[in-house]
Amino acid sequence: MSTPLSPRSATVSIETAWDEVRSIVGAEHIVPAKPQDAVDGIGPQMVVEPASQQEVAAVLKTAAVADLRVLPRGAGTKMEWGNPPRAGELILSTRRLNRVLEHAYGDMTATVEAGCNFQQVQDTLSAHGQRIALDPLWPDNATVGGVLAVNESGPLRARFGSLRDLIIGITLVLPDGTVAKSGGKVVKNVAGYDLPKLATGSLGTLGIITQAIFRLHPTPRESRTLTFSTANMTAASQFILAIQSSKLVPTGVQLRTGSSTSCEIDVRFEGTCAGCDCQTDQLLQMASGMTRIDPPGDIWKARETLWNGNSSAAVCKFTLLPTELQSFVERLTVMSVQKQTAWQLVSQAVGLGLLRLETPQPDSLTDVIQALRSVLESRGGSLSILSCPAEVKSKLDVWGSAGDAPPLMRSIKAQFDPRGILNPGRFIAGI
Amino acid sequence: MEARIIDRFRAVVGKRLITEVAQLRTYECDGLTNFRVLPQAVLLPETSAEVQAIVQICNQEKIPFVARGSGTGLSGGALPVDQGIVISLARMNHILEVDFGNARVVVEPGVINAEVTLRVAPEGFFYAPDPSSQSVCSIGGNVAENSGGAHCLKYGFTTTHVLGLEVVLPDGSLVHLGSTAVDRPGYDLPGVFVGSEGTLGIATKVVLRIVKKPEVIKTLLAAFNSTNEAGAAVSEIIAAGMLPAAIEMMDNLAIQAAEAAVHAGYPDCGGLLLVELDGPSAEVEELTKNVDAICTQCGAWEIRVAQSEAERAVIWKGRKAAFAAMGRISPNYIVQDGVIPRTALPKVLSEIERMSRAEGLRVANVFHAGDGNLHPLVLYDRAIAGQEERAFRLSIDILRLCIQCGGSITGEHGVGEEKKMMMSEMFAEPDLETMQLVRCAFDPGQLSNPGKVFPRLRLCAEKTGPYQPHPLEVAGVAQFF
Ligand SMILES: Cc1cc2nc3c(=O)[nH]c(=O)nc-3n(C[C@H](O)[C@H](O)[C@H](O)COP(=O)(O)OP(=O)(O)OC[C@H]3O[C@@H](n4cnc5c(N)ncnc54)[C@H](O)[C@@H]3O)c2cc1C
Repeated sequence: MSTPLSPRSATVSIETAWDEVRSIVGAEHIVPAKPQDAVDGIGPQMVVEPASQQEVAAVLKTAAVADLRVLPRGAGTKMEWGNPPRAGELILSTRRLNRVLEHAYGDMTATVEAGCNFQQVQDTLSAHGQRIALDPLWPDNATVGGVLAVNESGPLRARFGSLRDLIIGITLVLPDGTVAKSGGKVVKNVAGYDLPKLATGSLGTLGIITQAIFRLHPTPRESRTLTFSTANMTAASQFILAIQSSKLVPTGVQLRTGSSTSCEIDVRFEGTCAGCDCQTDQLLQMASGMTRIDPPGDIWKARETLWNGNSSAAVCKFTLLPTELQSFVERLTVMSVQKQTAWQLVSQAVGLGLLRLETPQPDSLTDVIQALRSVLESRGGSLSILSCPAEVKSKLDVWGSAGDAPPLMRSIKAQFDPRGILNPGRFIAGI
Repeated sequence: MEARIIDRFRAVVGKRLITEVAQLRTYECDGLTNFRVLPQAVLLPETSAEVQAIVQICNQEKIPFVARGSGTGLSGGALPVDQGIVISLARMNHILEVDFGNARVVVEPGVINAEVTLRVAPEGFFYAPDPSSQSVCSIGGNVAENSGGAHCLKYGFTTTHVLGLEVVLPDGSLVHLGSTAVDRPGYDLPGVFVGSEGTLGIATKVVLRIVKKPEVIKTLLAAFNSTNEAGAAVSEIIAAGMLPAAIEMMDNLAIQAAEAAVHAGYPDCGGLLLVELDGPSAEVEELTKNVDAICTQCGAWEIRVAQSEAERAVIWKGRKAAFAAMGRISPNYIVQDGVIPRTALPKVLSEIERMSRAEGLRVANVFHAGDGNLHPLVLYDRAIAGQEERAFRLSIDILRLCIQCGGSITGEHGVGEEKKMMMSEMFAEPDLETMQLVRCAFDPGQLSNPGKVFPRLRLCAEKTGPYQPHPLEVAGVAQFF
């Protein structure tokens, strides 16, 4: 990973800059950072909480002139994701940008500020029987902006796609203070480049997301979840692929398994009562070799349990072609024996999942991640690390390869953030 | 164009090079025929390597190029640029891979949209984006325009179905965006490339997602006295929490034209609604009843459900032929492509009617009612002095109305040449400047379809905002990245 040479040419002293920020947001909304505000060991000086996008713009402008590196933050649930920043003096928190600006329920769209709590948005929308058809990690804490910045998605993806299929408009504040809107309030719109998609998953490296507009879906009238168990991964995999190639329309197909657990498969149907009933019947016919069990708890939030336990583990996101899940699990099984790796995964049938890996020594954790990554990458997939011990991060890029795209990604970054003040170094390819 | 450069091009594509003026005429416009520019040459590469070699020459010689698929675009996207060449992808028309297990297909850009479905249908799949031009338009053109179709209401637009791309960038380098798997780490480059109207490079391979055919499809036709009544039914259907596969509307003028062209057997009414429901049979049965009841409640006096695949095909044939059918009732017409929030439908339709009367020109309406994508067709006669200008003005005023209602100037046809001036009415200057940053990252030399989409060119060296380049940067000592 090459470190870009960033010409620093602060024209304003840091003290003057903090004074200016203070005058923009008010003294009570700029506070000295605490140890827990550090991001991967980089301790910022101040935490700033602007209340409007004008304030965000003014703060960024000031930061840029004083060469302060900015670490954007929502609720802070995923600050450990990404590579360690090269530097970061200022945490820009979107906490006070927390209004649902419009729920146009007749048009099934909603405009929200980036600091909105994800679950609160859903609760607001449910008043009119609608939702953002997305189930990210930790919705009770996560903010909309943070969910967007990391491109988080859950089991609902089986039917509704990911954020790129749900976001229709965005407001970004660039490091030079430009406030730019793209997309709009209509679900169908091809006027200009699709910046909502560019910003989604960009980890705050291009601009601060201040507002987002989503297309909404009706909250389903009925929902049915069925869970099956089998000790045989081949049977599990065949069952999942059979569901995928059947006429069933599930809104979740999930595999949970691990080095010391058997395979459990969760399937969910939503829609009308009649639709759920008949699909359930069809599914049960297909599931002849499976044991039907009661779902153990809220299995649609099973991904969250991968963070439970020892912090010497790594939690990774993997992507692969759906048909390759079985061979991936087989490889994990071999590896768990060879390298004494304990693992646990929650995988979505569309070809991605989360994986928890634990080894007796951090060194072998690095080896295991590298080995899995090279297998996945050679087949068009990927493995990126979400959480891991610091030692692992010091040896591995958390993102893995971006193929031949890094030069292009770097030129996009250079256009949006020429001085490299936003989340420097946290993203892929040294961005 | 200098003979030397022509020779360089010939060395790449041999006889697949057109320089004869008479032959070049075929390429001087796309589906929007009132804009015409004669290109200097047209090249028909057959491989990614040839596209790359051509673009490398363009980059070295500073020659602007325009990619062209089937030339059915309706916004002048494939209109050649002055002193430039056209790169036609028509001969790169192979389906390279079909992977049913993963519901993926890899195609060259010149593959015709409908051929993808044709190829995968025997295994029970289809390619969901279905522009009315699907029997002729290319996947490359669909990618560039982020094309839609009637079934995008439920299934999403082209962008939803593009997982990965091989692209020749304007500097001649080859790059892979996205992948066959979802969520490749890094910026969502396929997301930015799709819909970029040929301004960010040339797609030479596309990884598409295909979709399983639903268990059951029901197509329902409902006749109302007015588009307002039909519009109310649309709102009720959506409010009832249903997401049909398609909801299309036609007004009386559009019905007349479609009838004259394909005899679809549509009822002669003021507002015709075409609703398609698909999915598990039990669900579709139930929802069809609901839709039927809602339509009746909103004043439908005739409701027909297609009883066979053949009947369904006829219903769709009428709808898909609607643009071309205008030729039956008017010597000339302009197709527009505005989008409005669905709830603004009644207001916008009555306003269009008022404007049409005031201008003394007929406007037919055919549209994707479910997502508020209007296609007002402004009818006129070029032979009558001044009518073409008035028609053009009216069509632009309709787009202004869409913007005023919080909508967009284009839902699926693209900005292209035609609507680029409207971009400054829809977006503020900083919005456009920010989009141009993407342009500068992909195409700093502005060679790929220059002059389209944006109201003006932007010099990529230009720095915006309060920052000046660092002296070290100017001296070439330091670089960003
Ligand atoms: C009768 C009729 C009905 C239509 N109905 C619909 C409809 O329902 N929905 C809809 O969305 N559109 C519709 N269209 C518009 C048009 O068919 C679509 O925009 C289509 O996607 C254009 O494809 P094409 O191959 O003809 O592209 P072209 O017109 O050749 O090109 C369109 C744009 O794509 C660029 N381009 C082409 N190939 C590439 C490539 N490989 N890489 C990069 N850029 C490329 C060109 O430079 C140009 O900017 C209709 C058109 C007609 C004539």
